[in-house]
Amino acid sequence: MEYNRTELMACAAARVLEDGKSVLVGTGLPIIAATLAQRVHAPNLLIVFEAGGIGPRIPMIPISVGDSRTFHKAVMAASMDYVMSCAQQGYIDYAFLGAAQIDPYGNLNTTVIGPYEKPTVRLPGSGGANDAGSLCGRTVVLMQQDKRRFVEKLDFLTTPGYLTGPGARHRAGLPDDTGPFLVITQLGVMGFDSTTKRMKVLSFHPGVTVEDLVQNTGFQLIIPERAATTDPPSPTELKLLREEIDPAGIIIG
Amino acid sequence: MRLLEEGRGELLGWLDPDVARRWIMQNKTRRPLDKRMPLRQAVQRFIRDGDYFAMGGFGHVRVSMAGIYEMIRQGRRHLTIAAKTAVHDIDVLIGAGVVDRVDCAYGFGHELRGLSPTGRRAVERGGVKIVAEISNAGFQWRFKAAAMGLPFLPARVMLGTDTFHLSSAKVVEDPFSGKPICLLPACYPDFALIHVHRCDRFGNAQIDGITMEDIDLARASRRLILTTERVIDEEDIRSNPDRTVIPFFLVDAVCEVPYGSHPGNMPGLYYSDEEHMSHWLSMSKTDEGVSEYMEKYVLSVDNFSDYISLIGGQEKMDYLRRVELLHTPLTVPWARRG
Repeated sequence: MEYNRTELMACAAARVLEDGKSVLVGTGLPIIAATLAQRVHAPNLLIVFEAGGIGPRIPMIPISVGDSRTFHKAVMAASMDYVMSCAQQGYIDYAFLGAAQIDPYGNLNTTVIGPYEKPTVRLPGSGGANDAGSLCGRTVVLMQQDKRRFVEKLDFLTTPGYLTGPGARHRAGLPDDTGPFLVITQLGVMGFDSTTKRMKVLSFHPGVTVEDLVQNTGFQLIIPERAATTDPPSPTELKLLREEIDPAGIIIG
Repeated sequence: MRLLEEGRGELLGWLDPDVARRWIMQNKTRRPLDKRMPLRQAVQRFIRDGDYFAMGGFGHVRVSMAGIYEMIRQGRRHLTIAAKTAVHDIDVLIGAGVVDRVDCAYGFGHELRGLSPTGRRAVERGGVKIVAEISNAGFQWRFKAAAMGLPFLPARVMLGTDTFHLSSAKVVEDPFSGKPICLLPACYPDFALIHVHRCDRFGNAQIDGITMEDIDLARASRRLILTTERVIDEEDIRSNPDRTVIPFFLVDAVCEVPYGSHPGNMPGLYYSDEEHMSHWLSMSKTDEGVSEYMEKYVLSVDNFSDYISLIGGQEKMDYLRRVELLHTPLTVPWARRG
């Protein structure tokens, strides 16, 4: 079956989530991916939204991470305080985030492009991203990959990845056993080297070459000799995405 | 406690806890007064030029758009917004020239709808100044510190980032664990405007669904204006006291405004009006479009019920109710497909 890059990203992201775990979900593609995981292989995935929705059965894609869909048939309609405190306590296993820029250590920028005092583009700011990236177990970033977005140095460090490298999160006072886990783009899936904490390729999406990845990355990526190929979306996944999760084509187009 | 680092953002809304207590003791009545009043009067009495304020709800969910339109009609100027997930609220307030300074956790975006043309334009041109950055939990817990009557709350967020460097928080060595920890200064906005599902004439309020930051924001704000879908009888409050999320003594004004969150979502009652949002997002691409929008939907109408007639009246609100209840599919003019 034909599919587009957004659908592939949604599926790759959904497959990361394990049944019986919890995930804090940000605006956009993360919502689609978490909803898909819940419908396909992780019925007991605990989806949590920063505005207070805990454990909803999401009927269709919410427009806001605080709208009524985020606590449809939920186990609890709580508050930002409640959810963020849960994350700070260690109850949230995964966080799904988007970003405008990422650096080799998985630090994220969603605040400004250009100089802070006179930005070329003003972006929304942290929102809940800094909190999610600080407090949740494993952060998964979903974003477009190109040289402007994958940069050696961010214009602004909004959300912590591994900061300056090994040990830096601990030294800054961030909770142990947290940090970026995967980066999923239209080209492939990347993880982080356990020693250097720099980004490395885990799998190429079908048809994507090493050159494609190198040309769309503004820093030195660790590319192993042999990397896997991402599994394409299944007909079941595509049907769910198009007919039930995002029937209006808000995100998947 | 050893001070390790200080953010360089402007500290707004902070009060010495004894100053805050004294203000509350002297200015917040414990008498059950009938606080119902027209929204116009509430805005006149409690909102001043130059105030620092926060909106309840979540930017385009359970947000007092009625209160915002009234602030615009009364020509309030030079307000600083605590942008704790500010979406359509801040967009319209910047477009109308009410807000020119932003204490920012989230602004200038419309979540799934993309970036906001008005807000971005204003910041990029320099007409609107960002005075500090913070995270969403950071703002939530700044309000919580104020709600607890404390000078600050410690939290493990913002550490190691530029979000911290541009915030008004401080990092100290935690005397218990020895680890660095972020201290969030208490935040007492001059006023907050919160839209609720129902409350009685004294201000005892119920909210259906998630409460976002409103339980703490209501306690942190010095003045609190409630707009409500419905004013209910005191006995209905007293029959279900566990449902009260804002008690009367926090509240300064009660204004009944049905559909007061339009074009935002009001959980359980009506979904967001994506047709209207799309209309705003396209008009707000130019300054002329913004003026035209304000003239048509805000300045030339007297009150919120006239506005509802203008956006499609009862028929439109019935449709949005069916969408909310999942009885009718949502159409999204700004979607990638469609």
